[in-house]
This record gives sequence, C-alpha cells and structure tokens, in this order.
Amino acid sequence: MNRLALTSTPWIKNLLTSRWPQFIVRTITLAGFLLTILAGLFGSRVGSHNFAIIFVWIAWWSLLKLVFIPAGGRSWCSICPIPMPGEWLQNGGLLGPGGRPLGLGKRWPRKLNNTWLQSAVFLGMGIFSAVILTQPRISGWALLGLFIAAITLSLVFERRSFCRYLCPIGGFTGLYAQLSPVEIRAVDPVVCAGHTEKTCYTGSAQGYGCPWGNFPAALSQDSNCGLCMECLRTCPHDNLAFNLRPYGSEISAKTPLKLDETFLALVMLGSALVYTAVYMGSWGWLKNAAYHVGTLPWLAYALAFLAITLVVVPGLFFGAVWLGKKMSAAREPLKKLAGLYGSGLLPLGMATWVAFTVSFAFAKISYILPVLSDPFGWGWDLFGTASTNLSLVDLWLSPIAQVGVLAGGLLWSSRLVMRLARDRRQALPVLAFALAHAAGMMWLLVG
Amino acid sequence: MQSTKLSLLLFSLIAAVIAFAPAPVSLVRPAERYFRIEASTFAFSPQTIQVNPGDHVTIDLVAQDYVHGLRIDEYEVEVTADPGQTARLSFTAGRPGAFHFRCTVACGAMHPFMVGKLKVGPNWLFWRGLGLGLVAILSGLWWARK
Repeated sequence: MNRLALTSTPWIKNLLTSRWPQFIVRTITLAGFLLTILAGLFGSRVGSHNFAIIFVWIAWWSLLKLVFIPAGGRSWCSICPIPMPGEWLQNGGLLGPGGRPLGLGKRWPRKLNNTWLQSAVFLGMGIFSAVILTQPRISGWALLGLFIAAITLSLVFERRSFCRYLCPIGGFTGLYAQLSPVEIRAVDPVVCAGHTEKTCYTGSAQGYGCPWGNFPAALSQDSNCGLCMECLRTCPHDNLAFNLRPYGSEISAKTPLKLDETFLALVMLGSALVYTAVYMGSWGWLKNAAYHVGTLPWLAYALAFLAITLVVVPGLFFGAVWLGKKMSAAREPLKKLAGLYGSGLLPLGMATWVAFTVSFAFAKISYILPVLSDPFGWGWDLFGTASTNLSLVDLWLSPIAQVGVLAGGLLWSSRLVMRLARDRRQALPVLAFALAHAAGMMWLLVG
Repeated sequence: MQSTKLSLLLFSLIAAVIAFAPAPVSLVRPAERYFRIEASTFAFSPQTIQVNPGDHVTIDLVAQDYVHGLRIDEYEVEVTADPGQTARLSFTAGRPGAFHFRCTVACGAMHPFMVGKLKVGPNWLFWRGLGLGLVAILSGLWWARK
C-alpha cells in the first residue's frame, strides 16, 4: 500500500517534532478542561446554560467523533489535557527530558494489560450517562474523577497507563484509530535493527521513551499509538516517519482483534443502539428510567443496558460467527474468527457513532456560542454571543447524512469482511448481523 | 478489469436510483387531522403522530406539569403551553418524511432530549437507507467473488 511520508516535508517535520506547538495546544486544552470542571461544579445547574455540558458533550464530543477520530485516529490523545499534569509530574518537567521524575514507575499489572477495564469504565459511565450528560455538577465530578485518576496512575505506574488501560474514551478511540489515515512507522527496519540503544523506547536527551509503552520501531498497529511524536524526537537516525495512508489499510487477516478488543467493538455497537434509543428516541418512559438513578425503573434500564451490550449484541455476533464457521467447515477457533470479523465491523462501528453524533450535533450546535460568552450561566456576555442562536446547518440535512454515513459504513465493512473471509459462506451470517445492526440504527434515527 | 468497472458502475447506478428516484405521489385526499398531545417531563403522549401529505393538522398541546413547548423540525412551527393549559398549533403537512418535534422550554435536565415524531406519509428516507444497506452488502459479496 502506498504511503505519503509527511515528515519528509521539512516544515511539517519541524512542526511535529518541536515541543512548542504541542505544548501550546495542550496548555489551551488544559485551561479549557479546568474551566469545564469549574463551570460544572460552580456554574448554572441548567445544563443547556453551562459550559461543562455544552462544551464537553456537544462541542468536544462532536469534534472527536466527526473530526479527530475519522481524520486522525488517536490525534485527540496527543493534545488531551487529562493526563498532562500527571505526565509532567512523572517526567519532572514540562518541555522535555532533564527534570527529576516523580512517582513509583511501577509496571502495569500483566493481567490488566487489555481493554476490559476500558470497556467496564465506558459501560459504567453509560449506565449513569443520563445524569452525567445533563447535570453540570455530576459532569464536573466525573471529569474531576478522571483527572485525579490520571494523575494518581501516573504517579504509581509508568508511562501513560491511564490512557492505555483505563480511559473510557481511549478504548474506542484506539479501536477506530486502526482505520485512520495516519500512522507512525519505521522507515527502514534494518536501521532499527542495528540501533542497539532503542532510544524510541528508552528515551534520550531529545525526548522521552514511548509514553504509550510501544516499541515504535516495530509498530504495526495504531490502536495504542497516541501520536505524541516522542519517537520522532528520540530517533537519532531519522528513521521514523509520520505517514498518510489509505483508510483501513492496517486491517488484515494477520492481525485480528484480540478477544477483549472484539468485546469492546461489540460493546460500542450495543451502546450506540441504547444511547440512540434513549436520547434520540421518542420514548419518554425510557428517558425517565435512564435519568432517575437509584429507582426501580433505572435499575431495570441499567440491567437492560448491560444485557444488550454484554449479552445480546455479543451473543448475536458470536452466534453469527459460529454459524459461518459451521457453514464453511472452517478449522480456525471461534475466538480467532470473531477477532477477524470484529475488525471487519470497525467501519460500521465508527459510522454508527458518527451517525449518532450527527443526529444531535446539528440540532444542538446553536448552544455553543452562548456558553462561550457565559460559561457559568451567570448572565455574563464576554464576547457578545450570549444571545446568539446560530444554526450552521439546516436540519433537513441531518437525517440524510445519518443514513448516508450508515450506508457508507456498511459498504466499507462488507468489503472489509469479505476481504478478511476465507470463503463467502463463512462471512454471510456476519454480513447479516451488520445489516441488522445498521437497519436497527436507521430505524432508531430516522424510522 | 473491464468487468470490475462495469459492476462498479452498475452498483453505483442502483444506489443512485434507490437514493434519488422520486417517491410516488400520494393519492390519498388531504384531510383535517386533530391530535391532542400531552406533555409532561421528558415525554410527549402520543409520542408519534402519523398524517398524510397535504393534511391540515391541528395539535392541541396540553402541558401536564411544567411549561412545555412543541416545535417541529423543518416545519419551523411551534407553540408553548403553560401548566394545565392547552395551546393550539395548526399547519399543513406539505413535506413528506419523519420529523422530530421537540420541547422548546427548558423543563428539566433531560429537556434537550424530549422529542416526539411526526410522520408524514411513508418514510421513504428509511426505506431508501435500507435499500442502500442491502446494495452495500451485495456489492461486498460481489466484490469477494472477484
């Protein structure tokens, strides 16, 4: 597959390897994040008038799902403010090596070296999502909790353990990053093989060893590459490149998803269905059940949410894979086939979340400018936009875009599944599963 | 190579027909339609109303607990009702499809998600979407044959 090495252009390389641009952007996002926590904890209790709710769950979420992940995989992770203070403490400095590191630097437990925890945290937040997404105080506490967890983990464990193993956003971002059009790869593996110091992993005076715990010289998957560019700084031979590549080119039969990743992919499909039903559906009783935490209807909602995401959707998928295995008399174990077809369904998963995001982003975009001028909902008008009612996109376009994105995701997935399949019969039940999921999403969104 | 290009063209053509072919004109004569919609925190009841294209629709919105509003996407018509009061909204359903109607007055935490649905005639967008999905699957299968 063809690659375009962006780092072969000097000014792009300088932009990526210089610490200042990234530092400035991260400082801005950190300031925004702290403002978000303050607005959540001390601002208006009305969600639509509070920066914390509007900026995180509408503006940032939409940017993440519509821009960062589809265009740059884990690009958000490279400027995410949540792990920053912990990372600074861990490194003992803000702008490069030389400081006195803090923390215990323990290795992350081997048994937790997977995405199960990320699935669990994502599901946990899902169960409480109706209050997290709508109540500024709860939202503020949830974000503060993530912030404290990230700092604590940085002081106990080495590298960005929080991002890699706990962050609920990092899990699915990494999953869909495998489809992204960017990558960091070694230019010439022979040069890496002859480089005994392996500074891309261990670090040097120019930069830190890979904060994500990867060995960049042998990187072949993007799921755990945070695009921090440290390896570009530490490689003395200029042998690492930031490439543009064709979408989905990383997915191959040689690298099926592991069981935990397959489950995360299915959790994401199931969660999208539930979220769409709760937030975009017209069932008031379901919204009330999701919102009134601690009541019997909420308990029923939480159990149904877990049943759909952990039992029904994975059950149907594994059933489809099993049926395909029987139909084709394949010899591969079910787990391996599930991982193979799980990676084939990643485009549909990403399209599902893009469609869900489009469904509310177009309608709620008008909330953004007013909270910029009045982040706490205290009646300020800092930039003269507090009373603005700006609608950038006509609402008629939204359902058409949702259907188009879902159909496109299905097309991409069906071609990928067929590319990965040993024979057509084996893939048929998986394609039926994909069609059923897309049809379900379409029915919930525009039906 | 030639057959690949031809089949790509064929699938694109089928997809274009499904996506853009004009919907059949409704032969049902427009009528007067009346609905009473009760609004209480985060829910409209009935949650979905169905009419035919061209129908003249009258909606009485009854706010059961707090002040609630009702605004229909793309029709850009709205009404607000005080608690225990009824407010009336009339319009002609000239645009076919499925449209959300939303509460327009902040009535609680889940207010932004308080929606109902107005269906005007058959929901062609949904059926076109399903058709495109089917074409997507079939094209994947065909591609694998190569």
